[in-house]
Amino acid sequence: MSQSGTRKLDWQSKEMQARVRRRYVRERRFRRVGLGAVIIAASFLAFLLFTITSNGIGGFRRAELALDLNYDPAILGIQASDSSEEAAATAVSRADFRPLLASAAQAQLGDSSLVSEGAWLAVRDQVVEDPSLIGTTQRVWVVGAPNMDILAKGQVDFDLAPDRRGVSTATVAAYRTLREEGRIRLAFNSGFLTQADSTNSELAGIWGALIGSILTMAITLGISFPLGVMTAVYLEEYAPKNKLTDIIEVSINNLAAVPSIIFGLLGLAVFLNTFGMQRSAPVVGGLTLALMTLPVIVISSRVALKSVPPSIRDAALGIGASRLQVILHHLIPVALPGILTGTIIGLSRALGETAPLLLIGMRAFVSDVPEGVTEPATVLPVQIFLWSDEVGRGFVEKTSAAIMVLLTVLLSMNAVAIYLRNKFERRW
Amino acid sequence: MPDATVVHDEVVMADGAKMTARDVDVFYGEKQAVDKVSIDVDSHYVTAFIGPSGCGKSTFLRCFNRMNDTIDIARVGGRIELDGKDIYDPKMDVVQLRARVGMVFQKPNPFPKSIYENIAYGPRIHGLASAKADMDEIVERSLTRAGLWNEVKDRLDESGTAMSGGQQQRLCIARAIAVDPEVILMDEPCSALDPIATARIEELIDDLRGNYAIVIVTHNMQQAARVSQRTAFFHLGNLVEYGGTEAIFTNPRADRTRDYITGRFG
Repeated sequence: MSQSGTRKLDWQSKEMQARVRRRYVRERRFRRVGLGAVIIAASFLAFLLFTITSNGIGGFRRAELALDLNYDPAILGIQASDSSEEAAATAVSRADFRPLLASAAQAQLGDSSLVSEGAWLAVRDQVVEDPSLIGTTQRVWVVGAPNMDILAKGQVDFDLAPDRRGVSTATVAAYRTLREEGRIRLAFNSGFLTQADSTNSELAGIWGALIGSILTMAITLGISFPLGVMTAVYLEEYAPKNKLTDIIEVSINNLAAVPSIIFGLLGLAVFLNTFGMQRSAPVVGGLTLALMTLPVIVISSRVALKSVPPSIRDAALGIGASRLQVILHHLIPVALPGILTGTIIGLSRALGETAPLLLIGMRAFVSDVPEGVTEPATVLPVQIFLWSDEVGRGFVEKTSAAIMVLLTVLLSMNAVAIYLRNKFERRW
Repeated sequence: MPDATVVHDEVVMADGAKMTARDVDVFYGEKQAVDKVSIDVDSHYVTAFIGPSGCGKSTFLRCFNRMNDTIDIARVGGRIELDGKDIYDPKMDVVQLRARVGMVFQKPNPFPKSIYENIAYGPRIHGLASAKADMDEIVERSLTRAGLWNEVKDRLDESGTAMSGGQQQRLCIARAIAVDPEVILMDEPCSALDPIATARIEELIDDLRGNYAIVIVTHNMQQAARVSQRTAFFHLGNLVEYGGTEAIFTNPRADRTRDYITGRFG
């Protein structure tokens, strides 16, 4: 260059200053774009949570009506001659409480349809619990019909013409009277968290689906965790490096990417058709989801095992530890946080899975809380799917409330994952 | 064809060598890392393996406790004996072998457990101590021999990985001697340490001499001269010269040894 030896570069020149300014502008712009992305993502999340919560919060409350019930043995069809306690209890549980409620509602509220069709169930349970109520008159809060529910929650738009409100003028009048008399209240919907599905929105509960989900996840975890970890240990520590293990590795990686509905078809073909297992049972759902979760656990466990520093392996081998001792005493403890994180990510995915379970019959309407892994059950995401399909107006908020329950379960699982990871990492 | 190994008379042993290697070859896949090496290791001395990077000295060292077994592509040929028994014999239990022939690695590698557990692990898996008191004694004795007891006796519950690099390496030496080995292999034990920590390790090696046959691999010639009584010079997978340390450093007989000692390559 002609100017070699002498420096002609002027760092203060106008062009140079303009260049510096442009650089700063670009830097700021880049940072703002990044920040913008974060804000957009966060606001989507906030919007989602807000919508679900504002829709779903109503699902945890329900309208209840006060009725003075006269537990007349004659109406209930219970004979006073039932002397033994056991016989009396059987008689009460067999008794038909519907006429009792209907007549009381007709007499006191002027319309028996203001009370939920299933309100008698809770009344009967109360009497079964305490048979001494028979013959007495009590004021009880009974579950109101869906109409009462939406009126009490202010979900009726009175700006609309009366014939488009979805609620008859007579019902509105009855509701107003009840409110003036203080015979209607919005109370915590305990049934939502303790009951299973129902065709009546005011009686439908999430408990059955939650138990179904827990049973299904227990099966999934019980199958996929030991299998996945053992597979990972074998492939990492014992398997010779050859064509066959390469093929196995590629297959596992591909399995992790297979759409979940394919696993549903597999479960349908294998567990239901070939082995003839019970449809809709958590055991089948759990096995199907275990197939889906397995590759996730294998891959994350292998990564965790691979990331254990080789110096630890050398140290243990150098002191004369056997292969098994190296694995159990050194590799797995160090790899455990990674293995657990992978497992919980896999389980979270399985917990939110709907498609494969539809194929193995877990979309059935199940009105009982399952008591074992072979009883018909449904799971949370399928319950959400089913309710979102319902026409009843009360199911809208039930759907959102169920989503809130599912999200709570998922978040607590992730919290457990974070807790376990921190707990085991501290040993390092 | 490389020149034949020059072996000084003073290291030739009629019998009684702790470990002997005869015509040992090591292949990594197609590549030959060690070529027909024969050497005797004596219990009473520290033997140093020196040579430039990639000369096969570490690879050869790892044959003595069969650590090369853990590398899939490594193949070892020839014969290595411990007290006259072939260690590559299928009947030889590799787990016991590694307890008898302990190893200290290049990078300090304590287990991510407490100091106590680091020492107690070896004796426990080999069933050397059943009672807690016995184990306490082994831990104290090993740490004392490694010159670490006074520094750590009040914090045996702390993690072994929380110590300084030099302390970690002495902990690894203590861990190796806790199972009462006959031979200790050291693979560049000071290459990750500062000069002060290095000096302490060298002192320690000197203290341990006589109780164990010690083989140390080092790329540091001054270190070999300081700590060893026997020196073997390796180059390109061959054992070039083996003799008393003083003779090797003052009066090398092979040309390649002389060139390396005087710093002409390496």
